[in-house]
Amino acid sequence: MENYVNLFVKSIFIDNMVFAYFLGMCSYLAVSKTVKTSTGLGLAVIFVLGFTVPINYLIENYLLKAGAMSWLSPALADVDLGFLSFILFIAVIASMVQLVEMIVEKFAPALYSSLGIFLPLIAVNCAILGGSLFMQEREYVNIGEATVFGLGSGVGFFLAIVGIAAIREKIQYSNVPAPLRGLGITFIITGLMGIAFMSFMGIKL
Amino acid sequence: MSEREPLFSSKNMKLLRDPLNDSNPITVQVLGICSALAVTVKLENSVVMTMSVIAVMAVSNVVISLLRKTIPPRIRIIVQLTIIATMVILVDEILQAFAYEVSKQLSVFVGLIITNCIIMGRLEAFALANKPWPAFLDGIGNAAGYGVIMIIVAFFRELLGSGTIWGFPVFEKIGLYDVGYVNNGMMILPPMALITVGIIIWVQRSRNKELIEDN
Repeated sequence: MENYVNLFVKSIFIDNMVFAYFLGMCSYLAVSKTVKTSTGLGLAVIFVLGFTVPINYLIENYLLKAGAMSWLSPALADVDLGFLSFILFIAVIASMVQLVEMIVEKFAPALYSSLGIFLPLIAVNCAILGGSLFMQEREYVNIGEATVFGLGSGVGFFLAIVGIAAIREKIQYSNVPAPLRGLGITFIITGLMGIAFMSFMGIKL
Repeated sequence: MSEREPLFSSKNMKLLRDPLNDSNPITVQVLGICSALAVTVKLENSVVMTMSVIAVMAVSNVVISLLRKTIPPRIRIIVQLTIIATMVILVDEILQAFAYEVSKQLSVFVGLIITNCIIMGRLEAFALANKPWPAFLDGIGNAAGYGVIMIIVAFFRELLGSGTIWGFPVFEKIGLYDVGYVNNGMMILPPMALITVGIIIWVQRSRNKELIEDN
């Protein structure tokens, strides 16, 4: 149990998707103008990451890895389909996003209309594919760890995007040098937030 | 059909040149930031990354442009992702075969070329509506515009952070350390990539006033 809590905290703060790996930057910069929309996007990302990472974990460990298919028949023990992982992961993500979109539309129409275009856009958010690729690279031992990692990364993205949106709402009242307005200052603030998040780095869990 | 357009007409050259400055994918269109920042600690990595992106981008732009009349609009995103993913797998296998060290350092970021928004963005905005040759030029142009920023950022981060250029110890050779210079360890850390790009945007926009945003 303790182990899961550690992994959760670690993937939110220390291995934060946005500040430590720059994943999901495109939507992070594009959708962070107001707190309301960025909350919606953040929640959708938590949701999708929480599903796709464990599903891709199963695909990786029962289909793709070297010898992973030995549970089907011993003859398949030395089959290595590792090179297919990108294409399968992205297919799972694209179809999960489609599925989530349909479920949300059916059962929570209010949430659906408030998320709007951001839901389908999640398919091309690098944080989602990044989550699956990191899961593959770090070789988590069981599906529980993979799920916790997925959820934690999603929460990390949520915190980052809501934080920057709040700062950007305030910065409208400041006198930023003209060439830095908009994108430039957002980059620099993100950098400073990243430095702040780095203070978590020394923590051993 | 009337006279054919020359291969390097001024319109086509514009496709190549514009992304280098006025419509740079990173500093103006805000696409492809994710990978741009993560691999810029060393010049070598960012050059390899740039070449991979150029290859993936040019080929997938041409393929999508060839298929543009047959792809049903509703499933185009999945079709695009499949084509990009196939290209990225090829690039990844080639890197692992011929540049193993670099491919280890780039780790997941080669795979993340799939979701690099520059590629999806240009496929959607350009290749789906244009002939293969302009699409090819647009792909090369945008990938090069991405590469220029990557290489500038990597140059400064490697020089100031490790005192080297492409692994060559510049500062040590000119004797800067003897007079008390110390490498700025900050530059190696991820957040400084963002701040470096912020400064590049600042410089670019103060030279080119048209790009300044209202807010």
